[in-house]
Amino acid sequence: MTRSEKMRTYKAHPLSLVFSILTKLAVAITIGVFFLIVGYVLIKGIPYLKPSLFSPEYTTDNCSMLPAIVNTLEMLVISLLIAAPLGIFCAIYLVEYAKKGNKFVSLIRLTTETLSGIPSIIYGLFGNMFFVLALKWKLSVISGACTLAIMVLPLIIRSTEEALKSVDDSFREGSYGLGAGKLRTIFRIVLPPSISGILSGVILAMGRIFGETAALIYTAGTIAKYASPMDSGRTLSVHMYALSDNGLNMNEASATAVILLLAVLLLNGLASFIAKKLAKGGN
Amino acid sequence: MIITNTENTAVLSATSGSRKAGRSRILETVMKGLFFICAGVSVAAVAVICIFMFAKGIPAIQEIGIKDFLFGTDWSPRNVPASYGIFPMIVGSVYCTAGAIIVGVPVGLLTAIYMAEFCPKKLFGKLMPLINLLAGIPSIVYGFFGMVVVVPAVRNLFGGTGNGVLTVSLILGIMILPTIVGMSVSALKAVPDSCREGALALGATKERAVASVIFPAAKSGILASVILAIGRAIGETMAVIMIAGNSTIIPHSVLDSVRTLTGNIVIEMSYAEGLHYDSLIATGVVLFVFILLLNVSFNLITHKKGK
Repeated sequence: MTRSEKMRTYKAHPLSLVFSILTKLAVAITIGVFFLIVGYVLIKGIPYLKPSLFSPEYTTDNCSMLPAIVNTLEMLVISLLIAAPLGIFCAIYLVEYAKKGNKFVSLIRLTTETLSGIPSIIYGLFGNMFFVLALKWKLSVISGACTLAIMVLPLIIRSTEEALKSVDDSFREGSYGLGAGKLRTIFRIVLPPSISGILSGVILAMGRIFGETAALIYTAGTIAKYASPMDSGRTLSVHMYALSDNGLNMNEASATAVILLLAVLLLNGLASFIAKKLAKGGN
Repeated sequence: MIITNTENTAVLSATSGSRKAGRSRILETVMKGLFFICAGVSVAAVAVICIFMFAKGIPAIQEIGIKDFLFGTDWSPRNVPASYGIFPMIVGSVYCTAGAIIVGVPVGLLTAIYMAEFCPKKLFGKLMPLINLLAGIPSIVYGFFGMVVVVPAVRNLFGGTGNGVLTVSLILGIMILPTIVGMSVSALKAVPDSCREGALALGATKERAVASVIFPAAKSGILASVILAIGRAIGETMAVIMIAGNSTIIPHSVLDSVRTLTGNIVIEMSYAEGLHYDSLIATGVVLFVFILLLNVSFNLITHKKGK
């Protein structure tokens, strides 16, 4: 349809024109808001990114974020060490072993859906009651990591499931035909092509962990020191909350926001890049 | 001689083969069991979460008295005698969520319509990742943005402190956009092309076809996206407490300070003890029940769609 034809149709149907403008406006708002937030955080924060913010020790003067960054990495590693095998194995069970219409499978689906709908503060409450108080792990990185592991579990299960499902059945049949057992088929034939799908889910989970605050304040605590797994330590997002909460360190908080935002955007971008590559490879 | 020799080796390799097969059969069973156990973890997690929340929360509600707890308008746990009425927080959560829906749903749905129906394929590939990135921004960053941009803006435009229902609604409205857009786009794209073509063939403009045929056909998926968004909004914590003002009174205008259920938990957890701590768990239980109800309705809608 040429432009003049379009104009003619719109003249005859002014409501359609209004509708079309409204949809475009909505997209402009959505995209605009994204750039507004990212742009504002960067412009506001970058001038305050001073080297003293990365000094090795946190003091109330320099508000160094280095301990928080180290703690965040530690948190990432521990929670993924717990969540990734659990999630991937669960997905393997769902895709490779479970029979269709199995009651247990629908129960698993129901519970993973429930888990992904639970707000992070409920995880925080639960983690505080269960890991911190009932198991007596106190406020510690490990309590926080276990809480987060449950939180990101549905994410990993779902992406692994999708990845495994996208492997054509003929691969499996070929492998069985050559005499390979089920286990060998899974690890040698099914998992290798689905690795990028699984990876994109894991990276997405990393983004979630990186940005999580509410579930960590009362499980991992807010102490601004390098923490061993059994000690309390704040991650970067908790660090940012602590800085902006007292209202005195807004400049340092905005600098932290830059690092946090960049890391999370990078992780999310990486995940979708890998997923896209997977989609292309599949065709 | 030669024949027996080969027979011998054949027998030998057969026994070692069967031993190997036996070992691998054991491994198969063990691993199958392991996969099964891992699959059960999410079930166990939900069970343990439910047990802990309810086992701690419900006795607290009973001790306070269910009517005083849910409908009491006075929250002063440090007073003697303390009173634990979370009605202002329930109302606060409902107001903020409603505000988020009013802000986010129209923009989200119109965006989804453009993305699914009118967007050129190339542009779609560029815009959709950006919208998804909106979901990746941590809530603390949203809160920070609200604090330094939206709060002063609201204060300058409408007066008051700037911390209140309106500010929270705006930020939550932005936060639920990716949820609504993502799910609604897939719902709209799942509508068969024949519907589209039929409407166009009857002389409808493309916009009219979308509004009167395709949108209604995708109704249940869109409704599901809104329910998911309500869940996001009602459960959001960090962004909300940074911009809500957090006073424990029922707000009377959109500019009034507000405290949500989630905010109540985070703000007071650090110094709560005894019944006060338990009452915060009970606040969590109320929130949890809201979320479970939303989950149930979400499932009902998506399953109906499946049929």
